Amino acid sequence: MTDLFYDASPNATRIVQSNKAGREYPEKPDRVVLFGTCVVDLFFPEAGMDAIRLLEHQGIQVDFPQNQSCCGQPAWTSGYREQAESVARAQLALLDTGTPVVVPSGSCAGMIRHHYPGLFNHEPQTRDRALRVAENTFELTEFLLNVCRVRLQDRGRHRQVALHTSCTARREMQTHHHARGLLAQLSGVTRVDHDHESECCGFGGTFCVRMPDISGAMVADKTQSLSQSGADELISADCGCLLNINGAMNRQNLNLKGRHIASFLWERCQEGS
Amino acid sequence: MTQSIPVTNLDGDFKTRARHALDDAQLRNNFRTAMDGLMHKREQAFSDPQEREDLRDLGNRIRARALSQLPDLLDQLEQRLTANGVRVHWAETTEEANEIVHRLIEAQEGRQVVKGKSMVSEEMELNDYLAERDIECLESDLGEYTVQLDHEKPSHIIMPAIHKNARQVARLFQEKLGGELSDDIHELVGTGRQILRQKFMEADVGVSGVNFAVAETGTLVLVENEGNGRMSTTVPPVHIAVTGIEKVVANLRDVVPLLSLLTRSALGQPITTYINMISGPRKDDERDGPREVHLVLLDNGRSRAFADAQLRQTLNCIRCGACMNHCPVYTRVGGHTYGEVYPGPIGKILTPHLVGLDRVPDHPSASSLCGACGDVCPVKIPIPELLQRLREENVRHPEDSEAAVAGAGSRYSNREQLIWRGWQWLNTHPRIYRLFLWGVTRLRRLQPARLRPWTDYRSAPTPAARSLHEQARNHMRSKS
Repeated sequence: MTDLFYDASPNATRIVQSNKAGREYPEKPDRVVLFGTCVVDLFFPEAGMDAIRLLEHQGIQVDFPQNQSCCGQPAWTSGYREQAESVARAQLALLDTGTPVVVPSGSCAGMIRHHYPGLFNHEPQTRDRALRVAENTFELTEFLLNVCRVRLQDRGRHRQVALHTSCTARREMQTHHHARGLLAQLSGVTRVDHDHESECCGFGGTFCVRMPDISGAMVADKTQSLSQSGADELISADCGCLLNINGAMNRQNLNLKGRHIASFLWERCQEGS
Repeated sequence: MTQSIPVTNLDGDFKTRARHALDDAQLRNNFRTAMDGLMHKREQAFSDPQEREDLRDLGNRIRARALSQLPDLLDQLEQRLTANGVRVHWAETTEEANEIVHRLIEAQEGRQVVKGKSMVSEEMELNDYLAERDIECLESDLGEYTVQLDHEKPSHIIMPAIHKNARQVARLFQEKLGGELSDDIHELVGTGRQILRQKFMEADVGVSGVNFAVAETGTLVLVENEGNGRMSTTVPPVHIAVTGIEKVVANLRDVVPLLSLLTRSALGQPITTYINMISGPRKDDERDGPREVHLVLLDNGRSRAFADAQLRQTLNCIRCGACMNHCPVYTRVGGHTYGEVYPGPIGKILTPHLVGLDRVPDHPSASSLCGACGDVCPVKIPIPELLQRLREENVRHPEDSEAAVAGAGSRYSNREQLIWRGWQWLNTHPRIYRLFLWGVTRLRRLQPARLRPWTDYRSAPTPAARSLHEQARNHMRSKS
């Protein structure tokens, strides 16, 4: 470093170094809470169930509080902060038990982990609660890899898969690393790259209905690059993206379908799959 | 003579323009190719990620500190510039800025102006203002010259004609300037240079922008690659620089890291071909340089953005354009779709302050919040966060006195309010929520096949037969 690259100011706002990458992980717990997320609830419940099976297979008891709903992200990203706060507050009341929270979606996990505390800057008590829950919230692949330290036994036939990671999951939860780490444990699975892999699929929550043509163009490019990748199957840890990409691939009659990584992993670990 | 109307300058709202751009295969190919190249160049220029992140942190702190001292730094800048012999003019609106520039040109009885690249002058629509007053204002940056020839506006803040490929430029040059058709880039540059050289010699006034205005020394820093900036600021007898009030930095040391961030983020260059540091008019013992140097400092809504601690971060921008190059939306719809001077992610967060949110109500929504822009921003502007904030401003009640942006509340709708209140109610009443799940899963076959606009490009998603709530409950029961 030359002296030109000096610390700009003694008074400048301190940049809080994000601990996203260097997170410290606890020992494997006996018990976790699964926060299922609304999209999984309605459209991909098997992903949630397979997440439960994977966790139980690790000897962990899984609770599924029946009073959970949505993390609040749709309202928050649409500018309806008040409504988002109200829904987030309800989830926080449920999740603040000291038991680790596992979320089968990087984007929703990121919402709880990185955005809940900021939503309640004006409510110190809820903010403290949000900070406690945030510290104790894990995305599923992150949890399997870094807390359970799973060693997956692949029992399936050889298969080529493409991996799509939601943008917020990648940025806020490093889900691409975790998902790749798990897939790499499967001896029969080859992960193939696809063109512009890190580019957004065009889902973006309400973006896909507010800007349908732009979103449509984005997902069309994504499905094209996926279909040219040589993959037999698409894997993702985010069901919002899957809803979008699967919908487009189905419409285009492509012989390719996306699945949640929990379902894929669980299937690979079964005899005769 | 009929004036050709470029296909990219379309009427209608954002979505209409976007649709036209998406249907234009040539345009999409031009942008995709160019943006892919720019992303690759930036990546190579920042080959050490740790160094890149350290430098971005530093850039952020330098800009944040400059803004925290903005009024003082502007005072100091004015004093130092005045001491250096530069006349400083303040303009609250673009109209005032235009009047100032016009008055200065009239004082020289000037009729020909040559301009280096300046986005603030685009903001002012200076060319049109002067043309209406019989003053020719010629763009001397080759990209700007190209769009001016075609009666267009820039489609990118660094590369104004990036929406055209070499062949399209060649055809334009042949049509407007005559001569042989050639899409050899060197020949095209040569053609432009021949015409511009003559104009530099004839011009009465040179106009330029400013990249960094240094308060401590009263120095105007201007970076460029074509030499046209140096010509515009040194050959004509009078130089008028125009810039926004946020471009001030404390001292020359601050410029070094910002410059490195700017050139590497913009074009992947370690440094630009030219760096001009202008600190005053020609002195008595000097043989060249302008007799007069003026600086016009434009507010145009910036001080209102400055007043809000979160939105103030918008003013960190050093105009590198990296957010555009990495934006999946910009790459597909191009710069003209935004319909304003500053396109892409930075345009979406800056334009509302300049023209009012009600004039660009679609801007905050035209993002999937993928975050690519914020990841590459050299001064770490949290663009997705600011977009979200503008979405909040957009749906505020129009009479809400806490609005931080002019034109807030133009997307307030009772219908949407009702939808989100309903959504809130559903998601905070667990029994109702479970009943809802039960209903949707049982009636899933009754769902219409067309759910527009989702089904414009996708099949409708079918809800599962049983929700996770139900399946998990049954699973837990069976285990206990």
